[in-house]
Amino acid sequence: MSGAILRTEGLGKRFGGFRALDGVSVAFPEGGVTAIIGPNGAGKSTFFNLISGAMPPSEGRILFQGQDITGLAPHRFTRLGIAKSFQITNVFPDLTVFENVRVAAQARRVRFDLFRDRAAYPDLARKAEALIAEVGLAGREERLARELAHGEQRALEIAMALAADPVLLLLDEPTAGMSPEETRTMMDLVRRLAAERTLILVEHKMKLVMDLCRRLIVLHQGALLAEGTPDEIRANAEVRRVYLGKSA
Amino acid sequence: MSGALTAPAARGGTGRGGRLLRQAARHRVGLTLAVLALFPFVAPYEALAVNILVLGLYALGFNLLFGYTGLLSFGHAAFLGAGAYGTGIAIVHGGLHPLPAIAAGVVLATVIAAVMGFLAIRTRGIYFAMTTLALSMCVYYAFYQMEPLTGGENGLRGINVPALNLGLVSLPLIDPLVKYYVILVFVGTAVWLFSRLLASPFGAVLEAIRENENRARACGYDVARTKLVAFVISGAVCGLAGALNAIHLSIVPIETMHYAMSGEAVMMALLGGMRTFFGPFVGAATFLVLQDGLATLTSHWQLFTGAIFIAFVLFLPSGIWGEVVARLKRAGS
Ligand SMILES: Nc1ncnc2c1ncn2[C@@H]1O[C@H](COP(=O)(O)OP(=O)(O)OP(=O)(O)O)[C@@H](O)[C@H]1O
Ligand SMILES: [Mg+2]
Repeated sequence: MSGAILRTEGLGKRFGGFRALDGVSVAFPEGGVTAIIGPNGAGKSTFFNLISGAMPPSEGRILFQGQDITGLAPHRFTRLGIAKSFQITNVFPDLTVFENVRVAAQARRVRFDLFRDRAAYPDLARKAEALIAEVGLAGREERLARELAHGEQRALEIAMALAADPVLLLLDEPTAGMSPEETRTMMDLVRRLAAERTLILVEHKMKLVMDLCRRLIVLHQGALLAEGTPDEIRANAEVRRVYLGKSA
Repeated sequence: MSGALTAPAARGGTGRGGRLLRQAARHRVGLTLAVLALFPFVAPYEALAVNILVLGLYALGFNLLFGYTGLLSFGHAAFLGAGAYGTGIAIVHGGLHPLPAIAAGVVLATVIAAVMGFLAIRTRGIYFAMTTLALSMCVYYAFYQMEPLTGGENGLRGINVPALNLGLVSLPLIDPLVKYYVILVFVGTAVWLFSRLLASPFGAVLEAIRENENRARACGYDVARTKLVAFVISGAVCGLAGALNAIHLSIVPIETMHYAMSGEAVMMALLGGMRTFFGPFVGAATFLVLQDGLATLTSHWQLFTGAIFIAFVLFLPSGIWGEVVARLKRAGS
């Protein structure tokens, strides 16, 4: 399939004897939002962790822009342009908001400079401030990350992911645990971000993503249940059976 | 924004205490050196002052891993010892001038740190502590066995450096005050380089790893490699402390390499405050003065330092200097 930015072939993951994911082959088109949905425990986060490089698959291959990246170290994924924000908030709690984003931005520029002052890179400071503003945290720069509200921490994590200049941004349930208002703000942000890069979004609240994404991938019990446009998924009888019937 | 760009300790409120803190953080090297320069005049006696200086540097080097990178090593005595033995052997058996001898000690410590780091760095938490402990015991045993070189159980004796000959001048190290300031030149240079390292982009990566290793990796940092570099630098700083200690004491007791010495690094860093720049020196001073005072009163001094240490961990977990900084911060905001 041409125009695919990321492709998986027979991707699987075992935890001990348990198959959390089995033989998933899908292609993600370049640009726009693709959502990965499925009920709790369907294997969404497992799949997410494999394609974002956080853990290696037990079987199968991952191709990014046609290049086989299976088994690369996690930091290599980021350097290739694949950035992520995890389902469980993952920031640097005792650093300031500013430093959280600055150090994330620094990874693209300087990793082993031992003697220059970190303030000697004003471009990094500017980039960090711009990103903080972009995710709606302007004015919070000097707060410690752990002092932020839950929704703000999620936004911070997205700013950190963006600092890597990703061509592919992966978000695992960015609205998890958020109030309806925070959720709306987050979805607006997601929409804006998708205008400039490819976005893959894990979400189990299907309603949230239906009018946002171009394609959907439905996982169920570790396997691919369906994929297609929102209309196709809505019309899919099997999806309705395992998924729409229960939660929403 | 400028607050975040300086040391983490620099973050304070906008009040007087906060400004004071930010100023102090900006000039932390100068302040540290000023205090250390005046120190012999307040210390009970000069030899103790030199002990504090040298072990303060040891605790500082250890704290690069412990306080700044978040790695608890129980093997740092190996580097203190390697620095001391390397320097001592170069002087006693090689007849080297003290300066190249110090360099030899630092190189030996660095090489041993590179090997130990390579083997230990992929383990985490308690496994990392245990691996470093086990490896340092291997190093201890190796030096213990090399009796012709190291003096074995009796330690390496006869490291006589009565004067430091620098061509134009010769500094009489038998004068304790001169010895103190000569050693301070080394310690001061190390402190300055160390401070730059912490303020550098690399220092920022260390903090990031301490805060959240997974996120640091997700940001694109090679966590294992960064930790290894930190481990080696930490070992080199501790090696310098050992090298200076050998010249200071004229002997390298085998205890220098014993794991109890690794424990002392942890104690000193915790007592002083592992999250502060100056803390390790405060911790070393507290520990050594306590030890010195208690040892004259009772032969069971270790019991009392142990008890005091536990009291600190329970009631003042951020350490003496950490508490001072925290209070200033609170006063500032
Ligand atoms: N590290 C692990 N070790 C063992 N089992 C795991 C591990 N991670 C996930 N699992 C199991 O794999 C299955 C899929 O989990 P996963 O987290 O991928 O689901 P999910 O679709 O993200 O669910 P949710 O909507 O709750 O986030 C679950 O049964 C889970 O218990
Ligand atoms: Mg999940």
